[in-house]
Amino acid sequence: MAIAGSYLEMPVHLDDLDQEHLEFFSWCGKHQLRLQKCSNCSLMRFPPTTACPFCAHPDATWEPVSGRGVVYSYGEVHHAIQGAFKPHLPYMLLLVELDEQRNRPNEYDGLRVQGNLATADGLLAPPELVAEVGIGTQVKVIFQDMGDGIAMPLWVVDQDVEQPAQPWRYPDE
Amino acid sequence: MEQELDATSHHHLRGKYAIVGVGETEYSRGSGTTTRGLGTRAVRAAVQDAGLSMSDIDGMLSYSFNDSTPSPVIAGDLGIRLNFHMDVYGGGSSIEALVGIAMGVIEAGMCKTVVIYRAMNGFSQVRIGGTGRGPGSPMSGGALLTRGIGLSSAGQMFCQSFMRHMYDYGTTPEQVAHVKVIHAEHAANNPKAYYQKELTVDDVLSSRMIVKPLHLLDCCVETDNGVAIIVTSAERARDCRHTPAVIQSVVCRCCKPRADMHYQSGPISTVAGHFAKDILWPNAGVGPEDIQVTGSYDAFTFTTMMQLEDYGFCQKGEGGDYVSSGKMRLGGERPNNTSGGHLCEGYTHGVNMVIENVRQLRHDVDDSCPIGPDGKRQHTYDYSRGGCRQVKDVELSANLGWGTPGMGSAMVMARGT
Repeated sequence: MAIAGSYLEMPVHLDDLDQEHLEFFSWCGKHQLRLQKCSNCSLMRFPPTTACPFCAHPDATWEPVSGRGVVYSYGEVHHAIQGAFKPHLPYMLLLVELDEQRNRPNEYDGLRVQGNLATADGLLAPPELVAEVGIGTQVKVIFQDMGDGIAMPLWVVDQDVEQPAQPWRYPDE
Repeated sequence: MEQELDATSHHHLRGKYAIVGVGETEYSRGSGTTTRGLGTRAVRAAVQDAGLSMSDIDGMLSYSFNDSTPSPVIAGDLGIRLNFHMDVYGGGSSIEALVGIAMGVIEAGMCKTVVIYRAMNGFSQVRIGGTGRGPGSPMSGGALLTRGIGLSSAGQMFCQSFMRHMYDYGTTPEQVAHVKVIHAEHAANNPKAYYQKELTVDDVLSSRMIVKPLHLLDCCVETDNGVAIIVTSAERARDCRHTPAVIQSVVCRCCKPRADMHYQSGPISTVAGHFAKDILWPNAGVGPEDIQVTGSYDAFTFTTMMQLEDYGFCQKGEGGDYVSSGKMRLGGERPNNTSGGHLCEGYTHGVNMVIENVRQLRHDVDDSCPIGPDGKRQHTYDYSRGGCRQVKDVELSANLGWGTPGMGSAMVMARGT
């Protein structure tokens, strides 16, 4: 069944034909980060696709991952295009490389997820937290419910692991 | 540079097709007309520039993000009967790609002469990052992973690749700011340019941050304009008005692995030019060292830098040195975007840099130099403000078109006879 929710006051609609995104965000709704794992070559992939980018096999299962990773790169938005994000400036566009499947199937490949930096209660990070995070920061996933059994994955600084002394930041600070 | 390649090593179209006409409307904010009006005016100007009549045009190509007017309408307005046309989806990297398509359809005998246009009210109607839909339109499917995290504009899409380049290679904001400074110098010699003001590195770095690492002045201008070019055989080109720009090689929308999600397959500080160069240079029979003027897509300062690097104009990782060395300044070793490009002249999804290089190869760039009795400008090669922007004795140019970090097109052109 199609799903209708909302996030940051923006309406969300997931069509029931779009099984891949429906399943991804429904697992998020259960506060689990699950990715497709190919039934043929066993490689995982992201974002959701309709076939395996590594062997073209159509079948996959949804497997849990640790939800932990490292900031591989980032951008920091100071001028919002979408009205919904204007109250949250500056916000961070993280590219998180998950702990699983690093440098596979090829060197420099990985499971990389784009997402926002957040506080533990799932709100977009305030400026002082944004200023602390850079390439190398260890992060973990949390979820913000969007209604109707789906949720948005967001990223928080991982307090359970050792952090780099100084993550790499754009050199203007 | 000559090397054999699988499936892409057909050199037989090298030198067989040419760009014979270019046309453009004013680069403005407030065109006062529709994209239909802009497209019609640009196509008409290109046909006149070539010395052709409307009945000589029998093919048409265009591209858009559904923010233009389709070619049958433009052709109809101008009384052009088409044997071939196609309107494709896309923005940056499309123009070089459509030149390649035009060569193919002419070679296949489907038509004889193709006009390619782009018409956009990029300031007055559909702006960069705009969804073109109402604010209430729900986020759906994959858009939840982009719009849902505040990722909708080109700057927001590319910023992670730019940032990683700084991390991987120590590229500095000061180095990259030189791209804007140099293109602004060039635009100061371009009466058509939307921005003709010269700038300093400090001006760029002190402009407000849009999406780190991009300051306002690292981002291109948004303008309204129509632009068009005409592709025909080198043989027919001999009957046209100007010295033709003869196409030596073209690469059409070449991609990194997993183009739609290129950041899964790294390194993300490498862009599609890394793959495109292995088609571009062997097919052209020349290498980057032979090129005298470049047109590297400058949607952002960083896109120019990363492309010049990945197409081999310098070693990988040395793009910051290249763009800040003065090599790409008028009077330097290999000027880039002599019109001021997207950063200063106007934003046309790549076409104006092709138009500029066609004029460079004609040795007839439309700067402020005096016009002689033959109707051509008497170039002074004095590149100080308000002066010349013609590159002396230029014979070979390269255009590097950027779609995304994962997709690019390119073209080498030579001065014809």
